[in-house]
Amino acid sequence: MTDAISVEGLVKTFGRTRALNGLDLVVQTGEVHGFLGPNGAGKTTTLRVLLGLLRADSGRAQVLGGDPWQDTTRLHRRLAYVPGDVNLWPNLTGGEAVDLFGDLRGGLDQARRAELLERFRLDPTKRCRTYSKGNRQKVALIAAFASDVELFVLDEPTSGLDPLMEAAFQQTVREVSAAGATVLLSSHIFSEVEALCSKVSIIRDGVTVESGTLAQLRHLTRTSVVVEAAQPITGLDALPGVHDLVADGGRAGFDVDAAALPGVLRHLASFEVQTLTSRPPTLEELFMRHYGDAPESAAEATSAGAAR
Amino acid sequence: MSAYAGTGRLVRLALRRDRVQLPVWIAGSAVILAAGAAAVIDEFPDAAGRATALQGAGTSPAVLLMRGTPVGTDLGALVNFRNLAFMLVLAALMSTFAVVRHTRQNEETGRAEMIGAASVGRRAALTAALTVVIGANLVFGVALIGALASAGLPAGGAVTFGVACAVTGMAFAGIAAVGAQLFQSARSANAFAATAVGVAYLVRGIGDALGERAADGVQVTSAWPSWVSPLGWGMLARPYGAERLWVLVLPILLLVACVWGAFALGGRRDLGAGLIPERPGPAAASRMLLSPLGLAWRLNRASTIGWLVGSVAFGLGVGSLGDVVNDALGGNEGVSKLMGQLAGTGSAGLVEAFFAAMMNVFGAVAACFAVQVLLRLRSEEAGGPAEAVLATAVGRARWVAAHLACAVGGAAAMLVLAGAATGLADAAVGGEVGVLTLVGAGLAQLPAATTVAGFVVLVFGGLPRMVVSLAWAGLVVSLACGLLGDVFGLPQAVRDVSPFTHVPAIPAVDATPGPIIGLVVVAAALAAAGMVLFRRRDLAT
Ligand SMILES: Nc1ncnc2c1ncn2[C@@H]1O[C@H](COP(=O)(O)OP(=O)(O)OP(=O)(O)O)[C@@H](O)[C@H]1O
Ligand SMILES: [Mg+2]
Repeated sequence: MTDAISVEGLVKTFGRTRALNGLDLVVQTGEVHGFLGPNGAGKTTTLRVLLGLLRADSGRAQVLGGDPWQDTTRLHRRLAYVPGDVNLWPNLTGGEAVDLFGDLRGGLDQARRAELLERFRLDPTKRCRTYSKGNRQKVALIAAFASDVELFVLDEPTSGLDPLMEAAFQQTVREVSAAGATVLLSSHIFSEVEALCSKVSIIRDGVTVESGTLAQLRHLTRTSVVVEAAQPITGLDALPGVHDLVADGGRAGFDVDAAALPGVLRHLASFEVQTLTSRPPTLEELFMRHYGDAPESAAEATSAGAAR
Repeated sequence: MSAYAGTGRLVRLALRRDRVQLPVWIAGSAVILAAGAAAVIDEFPDAAGRATALQGAGTSPAVLLMRGTPVGTDLGALVNFRNLAFMLVLAALMSTFAVVRHTRQNEETGRAEMIGAASVGRRAALTAALTVVIGANLVFGVALIGALASAGLPAGGAVTFGVACAVTGMAFAGIAAVGAQLFQSARSANAFAATAVGVAYLVRGIGDALGERAADGVQVTSAWPSWVSPLGWGMLARPYGAERLWVLVLPILLLVACVWGAFALGGRRDLGAGLIPERPGPAAASRMLLSPLGLAWRLNRASTIGWLVGSVAFGLGVGSLGDVVNDALGGNEGVSKLMGQLAGTGSAGLVEAFFAAMMNVFGAVAACFAVQVLLRLRSEEAGGPAEAVLATAVGRARWVAAHLACAVGGAAAMLVLAGAATGLADAAVGGEVGVLTLVGAGLAQLPAATTVAGFVVLVFGGLPRMVVSLAWAGLVVSLACGLLGDVFGLPQAVRDVSPFTHVPAIPAVDATPGPIIGLVVVAAALAAAGMVLFRRRDLAT
């Protein structure tokens, strides 16, 4: 099976800003791939390169087996893009804009269009100038999802949607995914990515810092543990792989590396453990480790919160 | 809530936004006038010298066209002659841009939506804009009076001069207010208002150039076209001459009529909309819309219709002038020379030369239209829907070509209609130039307008972030070198830069295919190069 998207060593500069600095990204056909990174990390820039809207300075990018800069219109028939800022024509109606985008892409499934209008509760007779940000996003989403394409490239598509519409969005992504389409989803909403994505890439300052399934990413990082025992817990600080320990008599909270977990559990057994809760890191925590300039202090803050 | 609620707040907001722009404009104008007055006082200390200079100027219709008519030999009268036309234009442009800025542009950028939510009456925005602009014109007038008085010129004439400029600015504020209701984008509303200033200038220029010289060789009585131009009125008040203050009631009446009209129009539309009725629109697109060309046409439809109507009106006006040109001034050699210069011909029949010159003007207006249409490429690209459109199967060249087709097609329609209207009006007043000849003469301008369009595409492809200023600069240069190059006495090499220089001056001379084919080739090459550059560059969102 070929990859829907494969990117290697992508570099893109804007004047002195180095927006992409050797970025790698592989999205296999059929997967829903989450694309995360702090503001200004280069997500939108990457997606625009993949759409042939920007030309990379160096590196290799392949989309659906073609070169996004050379085979632009041929590829665009097979994919749908929802930009981060959906701008529409003020005097066209939403329905007209949906039809227009669909048609320019190569055709729309009318039944699907009607179904999605219903699901996203969009009034297609209103002028685009009267639409809120969320409604403009709905126009772009409906136009995309009513097209029969193999790849969906979505740039923060739900940043303006209310929770009800967020659910409608997730349902729709599951449907197109079940039908075999590939989805690349850039997002700041962790719950959405956790719910939808089988794989995740995290980028920062234009380079990929993590990529893999959520399970793989979790394995790379620490689990938070809170334990209460009948006897005062001692000796934890001497164990390898234990971090951010807060011990108070029979109570302790700490983070532990995945590899060190078995040893820690054996050690705890001797203190007559009464309760033990362990929580794998949330995507948010995974993310924070790569986000802040001081990931250690971010981890401290979360573990202190968990211990309290 | 009253329709005017919140006007005061909006006035303060507008003053805040304009706190630099308007004072600079006003102070700059006053400084220019003061310098102009000082130069006259320095150069022409005695009345005899002034009379000689004015007699020379009065025999040249070209000078009358540019500057207006002389009103006497006083120092003040000469200062008036050298500066009034320019000051009137400055007042008019200040007013039109400011009105559009505080009405349509606010709506377009959504600022008005924020304001509208904060309990503001539906008439408040326009009322506030007009209040600010009328106030600005009063200050403008006072500043000019100050500039003249400080140069030591008599106060009476200074007041007439200042008032003439102030009320002219107000009249154009009214015109811009109507434009801001009719057109959906600030871009179109500004183009409409600027065109109104240009046409008003030209109409009064024609009236002045065709004017009758008094026996003293100094004073010139304008022909009737000056009386139909809002820019003409300020001059017809004759500051520092035989003053006619009552003429200055005309701009006030125009202001009142325009404000009434703008409110009537504004009452029929929604915030942000043009006059095309709003309410629920079609839930699905018609087949017509579903192509890059259909989309481009839809986006330009409303303003194209406006330009077409304007072209017909202008053509009818020009056509009906053929008579005046012929009857009144057939014997005036200066006028035929001017027309020959404007048309780019030697000496042909006066009426033919006049129409040929006017066809050049139509060509210039068509080029303005084309520039306006093509600049939409940029506004769609920068923060507009182009990103999403170009992510569909529409190629970049096809997208540009659709807009180019609207620009060229619209320009062609304008020129045909303007030529036909000119011919029909000419026939109606007994002229014999012929409708078909004038349609052909109009169409002969199309390659020149298309060359300007090609230049805009080239700049869009190569320097997208500068395309707005470069496009207008290119247009101004081609008009200055092409239409006025001979009048200004520019060397042929400079005039050749403009496509308008190369258009055969039909009906004064016979059509020649060579230059037309040449222009078409140049236009196509410019546009093709622009498309290639656009395909090779990043989308500059
Ligand atoms: N056209 C441009 N000109 C100059 N700099 C740009 C341009 N586009 C992006 N950048 C810069 O490139 C970097 C990456 O921006 P990008 O929009 O790709 O980030 P992002 O990950 O999408 O951020 P966000 O989460 O805020 O959407 C930023 O530093 C940005 O300022
Ligand atoms: Mg982004």
